[in-house]
Amino acid sequence: MVDLSINCGGIKSPNPFWLASAPPTNSGYQICKAFEAGWGGAVWKTIGAPVMNVVNRYGAIDYNGQKIIGLNNIELISDRSIEINLKEIAETKRLWPDRAVVASLMVESDRQIWHDIVKRTIDAGADGIELNYGCPHGMSERGMGSAVGQVPEYCSMITEWVTEVSTIPVLVKLTPNITDIRFPGRAAKKGGAHGIALINTINTIIGVNLDTFEIEPSRGGKGGHGGYAGPAVKPIALHMVSEIARDPEINLPISGIGGISNWRDALEFILLGASSVQVCTAAMHYGFRIVEDMNEGLTNWMDEKGFTSLDQVRGKALPNVSTFGDMNLLYKDVARIDEKKCIQCNLCYIACEDTAHQCIDLLSKKDKKQPTVRESDCVGCRLCYIVCPVQDCITMVHKDNGNESKTWNELTKELPQPMSLEDLRAFQHKHGIEIH
Amino acid sequence: MNNIAPKLSAKEYEKNFSELKPALTPIAAMAEANRCLYCFDSSCMTACPTHIDISTFIKKITSGNMKGSAKTILSSNWIALTCAKACPVDVLCEGACVYNDKGEKPIQIGKLQRHVMDWYVEKGMPALITPAQKNGKSVGIIGAGPSGLACGAELSLMGYDVTIYDANKKPGGLDTHGIAPYKMKQQDSLNEVKMIQKLGVKIKSNVLVGKDLSIEELEEMHDAIFIGTGLPKPTDLMISEKGIKGVYDALEFVKDVTARKWKNVNVGKRVAVIGAGNTAIDAATEAKRLGADEVYMIYRRGREQMSAYDFEFELAKSDGIKFYFHSQPKRIIGKNKVEALECIKMRIVNGKLKPIPKSEFKIPVDMIIKAVGQNIDESFLLKIPKLKLKDGTVIVNQKTYQTKNPKYFAGGDCINGGKEVVNAAYDGKQAAHGIDQWIFAKNTK
Ligand SMILES: Cc1cc2nc3c(=O)[nH]c(=O)nc-3n(C[C@H](O)[C@H](O)[C@H](O)COP(=O)(O)OP(=O)(O)OC[C@H]3O[C@@H](n4cnc5c(N)ncnc54)[C@H](O)[C@@H]3O)c2cc1C
Repeated sequence: MVDLSINCGGIKSPNPFWLASAPPTNSGYQICKAFEAGWGGAVWKTIGAPVMNVVNRYGAIDYNGQKIIGLNNIELISDRSIEINLKEIAETKRLWPDRAVVASLMVESDRQIWHDIVKRTIDAGADGIELNYGCPHGMSERGMGSAVGQVPEYCSMITEWVTEVSTIPVLVKLTPNITDIRFPGRAAKKGGAHGIALINTINTIIGVNLDTFEIEPSRGGKGGHGGYAGPAVKPIALHMVSEIARDPEINLPISGIGGISNWRDALEFILLGASSVQVCTAAMHYGFRIVEDMNEGLTNWMDEKGFTSLDQVRGKALPNVSTFGDMNLLYKDVARIDEKKCIQCNLCYIACEDTAHQCIDLLSKKDKKQPTVRESDCVGCRLCYIVCPVQDCITMVHKDNGNESKTWNELTKELPQPMSLEDLRAFQHKHGIEIH
Repeated sequence: MNNIAPKLSAKEYEKNFSELKPALTPIAAMAEANRCLYCFDSSCMTACPTHIDISTFIKKITSGNMKGSAKTILSSNWIALTCAKACPVDVLCEGACVYNDKGEKPIQIGKLQRHVMDWYVEKGMPALITPAQKNGKSVGIIGAGPSGLACGAELSLMGYDVTIYDANKKPGGLDTHGIAPYKMKQQDSLNEVKMIQKLGVKIKSNVLVGKDLSIEELEEMHDAIFIGTGLPKPTDLMISEKGIKGVYDALEFVKDVTARKWKNVNVGKRVAVIGAGNTAIDAATEAKRLGADEVYMIYRRGREQMSAYDFEFELAKSDGIKFYFHSQPKRIIGKNKVEALECIKMRIVNGKLKPIPKSEFKIPVDMIIKAVGQNIDESFLLKIPKLKLKDGTVIVNQKTYQTKNPKYFAGGDCINGGKEVVNAAYDGKQAAHGIDQWIFAKNTK
């Protein structure tokens, strides 16, 4: 029997799927409805300082007919009172004792104010606290949200204020609007965090109106940057999650966030080390019902692979995250086009001819022109594979015999430094690699 | 028959009876599934008589959760494989797809459902729902058509011991013996039967209840009984055909074709099909595809009154079938074998259909297929005490499917006078719950 239950830094839930702190978790009504649908946990919409919102809070990117590949927002933290939110947390927890209810908090940078809200949150019965160091709009200008997340010193200071009084686990939610995510991660660790949640939204301008020159979406003529989420941000999030997971100085449980739309996306985060995952945009697009497929799809996948617990799965892809210097320079793949599957759209040809390495020819065959790879010249860049619209038509075929391996790090040790182009060419020539 | 159409080559048969709606490739299925908007409380779901949560099963295709997708489908409809291939989707789910309102092509729901069900069959039809504990009660089902199978499947999961009795050798009812072979293969229906047997349902074939097994014996063995006997009796044409060879009932003819035993099915060079329902169209189209030179459809009324669906009519037309509307068969001409069909022209007088005097005409044919409707087997059904019939159907409670005899429940063609597989599938499933409630209430009294 597959068991999907997880423990993320001491916060337990029957499955790894949590709703992220965002509009879907604005109220007890919504969260109870989500739990009914099968969500394992929810991070309450951030509670804290008083705010007032504007209209047209969301903007989105549609691409080639697919709606909302990216969603940007300038909604602030909860505009409901702290009292009401805490009361609803208590009620929700009473109705759903087995689900994770995590309170997201954001108040002014004042130790006493933080102590106060943390204590009240614990009294309300929340399972954990998430510190919102991420909001890139509205709150940051007031010295909160990403203004904290972008300065490691603030990050550890405030985390410390929280952990020094908290009796429940504390997750720190990081902003991706920073150069190296590990620095705020380490700061959170220093402040005593029990886990890291990432990523929050990314600074973006969603678009410009070509008729009015207004920024989309326009709020009475004014627009500006907002936080970007949705499928488009997933690769960014995956990278940052892997950075946190691999950093030996951090070594904390992770709640993965960023563009998770289905169980496959979630699994990628888990394989890169996440204990729980958080979802927002996909729920905003389709409703809470999406969790049925998430629970079921993940269970079926584990069943098929013979896993019984997520502990056996978590982090399984981490050993494969490498750096350029450790990759084998002599590993050789070339592209091959399956003529039976090829529909002669010639996109591979023009991509290679104009923008890659000119190694696909259009050969006349009967009344057709057949794109064909000149394998001896193919550098294996994989562009043709990516543009091909037909599944399994272009494959990357392994060519070397597997006996030889040389990484850049090894090579730089062997060749005289600084490396000359001549020495490098000699090495390439020896291995049959010619640069045109 | 006077003139038998020459046999076709094996290749020609396969071509003529190949699928009209072939499977989607995996890529095409994924692209189509991704096109689905994943509507909430969707109009397609409402339009489906079994209310499959269509947008959810499609969403699960996109995530690669095929098993979950199959579960979503089957938890609403046990006959989902046949329905995927044989349902009139244009007037049901696909006709209701919101894309129609957007002026775009509707999602190919039938083909996507087939994509999932084909996968499910290929994977060996693994169990998707854990059955309840055996409750010690037993239900007997008369008829292994879609209504009986659906009822059996649902009851079995609820913990009942279920036995289905069917007069035919091969179970599946008209799913096995009636659906046109260019819509689906007989094996599809038999796979569906196998899936239901895997749920624990027992099927006893070659048992004609009322003859091989008496009503009393049946009642003795079972706590409740479901009637899913369909419409086994052809309507009488009221024209004499005594001793003339070459006159067939549509179902008899169609049954041989669905078995794909081409060598055994003879078809005349010129064929007249009497009737204009979907069955008549199937028979006509099949006759043409078997190699008949000319196939005529004879119908008393006009095109507007035809009960066949538009797409069935279009298919017949594109197959080159010729239509005689407002024409009533009067006499079969021929000594030992059919030589011609004599008809008379009809018109409406004061709202009534009347023959036009002296308008008789002859259509020279070698074969006549009667497809003017099917009926319940009254003589059998009336053996069941207290059962009430009305207008050729068994009377049931619309919610519980209970007949006037509380121990008997009924569904499918025998209660609706002949609709679709999907209606029978729904009835059977609902009736299972009616049976459960009745047995449960009786035992807690
Ligand atoms: C030629 C034809 C083509 C059709 N094509 C389509 C189509 O493309 N799509 C669609 O949706 N629907 C189609 N239909 C309609 C569809 O087949 C029926 O609506 C459906 O099969 C009815 O299911 P059922 O369970 O009520 O009865 P049936 O499928 O008729 O099954 C009844 C079963 O009961 C058995 N039986 C009857 N009496 C007894 C008895 N006394 N003892 C034991 N067994 C008994 C019979 O042997 C039979 O197996 C078609 C019908 C016909 C005739």
